[in-house]
Amino acid sequence: MTQAAVSNHNGDHQTTTGLNHRKLLMWVFLGSDCMFFATLIATYLVYKGKSLTGPMPIDVFSIPVTTVSTFVLLMSSMSMVLAYSALRKGSLKGYRTWMLSTIILGSTFLGFQTFEFYEFANHHVHIDCVHPGELTDFEQGLFDKNCTEGVEEYEAQHGLTPKTNLFGTTFFVLTGLHGTHVTIGVIWLLALFFYSFKKGGVTPERDLDTDLAALYWHFVDIVWIVIFAVVYLFGVFEGFPS
Amino acid sequence: MATEKINKASRASMADSSHSEHPSAATYFKVAIGLVVLTGLEVIVFFFDWLSYGIIPVLAVFSVAKFAMVIMFYMHLKYDHKLFSVLFLTGLFLAIGVIFALMALFQWFHIA
Repeated sequence: MTQAAVSNHNGDHQTTTGLNHRKLLMWVFLGSDCMFFATLIATYLVYKGKSLTGPMPIDVFSIPVTTVSTFVLLMSSMSMVLAYSALRKGSLKGYRTWMLSTIILGSTFLGFQTFEFYEFANHHVHIDCVHPGELTDFEQGLFDKNCTEGVEEYEAQHGLTPKTNLFGTTFFVLTGLHGTHVTIGVIWLLALFFYSFKKGGVTPERDLDTDLAALYWHFVDIVWIVIFAVVYLFGVFEGFPS
Repeated sequence: MATEKINKASRASMADSSHSEHPSAATYFKVAIGLVVLTGLEVIVFFFDWLSYGIIPVLAVFSVAKFAMVIMFYMHLKYDHKLFSVLFLTGLFLAIGVIFALMALFQWFHIA
């Protein structure tokens, strides 16, 4: 008698707030996940410029490539919201089309991240000892150490892994955990996509299942908006310690 | 008494925010265009060397704008019950506090 509860068409019980408790819980989770990523971003910033050896962000980051992957993730968010919109309008075909599009875009983003991690781990340094041109601090260090008299060029692999330096550790933990979130999101969306083929599995009346997945997916997107600016753009900004 | 309470809960159920009015597909496209334009501006501004440290507030404004657009329109916080906004923004502001507290603790501002 202390709390009245009825079941809505999503099959869930309403609380005395009048709000769906699953959706309420999802928002609480997203709020707490903000703090989770905040600690990782803060750790990255705190240790920025404290690495004793390279490569540094300016040596490995490729802003054009990351801009494209950011664009892909932003478009996946639009695709996701259109899938939800199609479901609410009762168009299961539209729902499936946009869901598949979101899954492909999400997987493409993960592909970009894998490519990026691979490139970082296999970062190659080539220095022309005769005409070195403009060098980063890390490359200058290699130049001073290896371009001795008679040496015309220096070439070696200086990959960035979580074990290389503080930048590598904080960068891979932050972006790796974001990538894990994206992977979980893709699996969740795939499950919903296949579930939509089951009769009565995904219906406009049971749109909350998709709504919750969409909230999670958009959250992954907004976290990346912050990472793109703080880690990548500020990462290669010369005014900050690298 | 019990019936009255259930009816009250049923009315609340009808007002369930998961079924509030949402924007049209055209609005979603406009937001997407806004997001892409802001991302493009972020990258363009990034190459303006003359901005120096001025790039920090500029990029921060762009990121906040993108963040706000996604949570308001794509996550429907603008249209849903205010309690959802309160729950999420509480976590978000605590998160921002955590970032600045840790940075201050490690004398980041002093070093930078």
